[in-house]
Amino acid sequence: MRKWVLFLPLIVFIGLGIVLYKQLGANPEYMPSALIGKPVPDFTLVTLQADKVLDQSSLPKSAYLLNFWATWCPTCEEEHAYLNQLANQGVPIVGIDYKDDQKKAQQWLSIKSNPYQLVLMDELGKFGVDMGVTGAPETFIVNTKGIIVYRYQGAMDDVVWQKIKGYLQ
Amino acid sequence: MRMINSFLVMIALLASSCILSEPLMTFSSSLNQTRFQSLTQELRCPKCQNQDLADSQSGIAKDLRTQIHFMIEQGKTDQEIVDYMVARYGNFVLYRPKYSAVTSVLWMGPVAFLVIGLMVFVFVVCRNKKRRMGETS
Repeated sequence: MRKWVLFLPLIVFIGLGIVLYKQLGANPEYMPSALIGKPVPDFTLVTLQADKVLDQSSLPKSAYLLNFWATWCPTCEEEHAYLNQLANQGVPIVGIDYKDDQKKAQQWLSIKSNPYQLVLMDELGKFGVDMGVTGAPETFIVNTKGIIVYRYQGAMDDVVWQKIKGYLQ
Repeated sequence: MRMINSFLVMIALLASSCILSEPLMTFSSSLNQTRFQSLTQELRCPKCQNQDLADSQSGIAKDLRTQIHFMIEQGKTDQEIVDYMVARYGNFVLYRPKYSAVTSVLWMGPVAFLVIGLMVFVFVVCRNKKRRMGETS
């Protein structure tokens, strides 16, 4: 009788243990976006400031950030200062005012200063659903070809940005 | 008595606020309503990990329920609605994963383990039998 067969369960156990141990501490909220590698979906949205109807063609031709935010979202308030900082560094940011009130949003930007090149209103959250958004804030990185390459859920800060800024190209 | 009255009013208010939390959905047929119920139970809320769309009170779950209701009433098939959700939120939203090369382990794993177990069982039984017969002869 080959004795090594008796060790098979132990080997399987250790293998499983390693796999499961690696998952410990992983963020269970993390969910990869289904839109990675795909272009930004079609839309027609109204601008927050000028009430103009815009579509795809109004998006920047360079790489940019697409940031979902709202005045009802405390984490958006938290990340706002950092977004201003990024904008000052020359990072183009497009804002989507997600399921929000136009007046409040305009006020918010005039008080906290506006980091966005362009702000579009997604009042019903329809564009948010098309982008696979689950809440706010969420930040997408779109490359020069108009392809979504990264999605971050939560407040943007320096630690996160240093890790993901390489995608912006 | 007054206390009981105010208590009853409170209960009534609470109950009505629960009902009013979502605009009442009307369906053109009871089949559509059944489809809505089964679809929202089979799709996971993308925000809250262990709740289906039917259960969740998160904003996104409400939006998606409205969307599913709309699509059903528009005459979309279940498959089209599921594809719509998967295109936006990934396979993650499916409680029953689709069969593919990646998920084959999930589907076939239990069967494979059962077969292996049975094979080991038969092997051990046969060996013991042989050994016992060797002892008696």
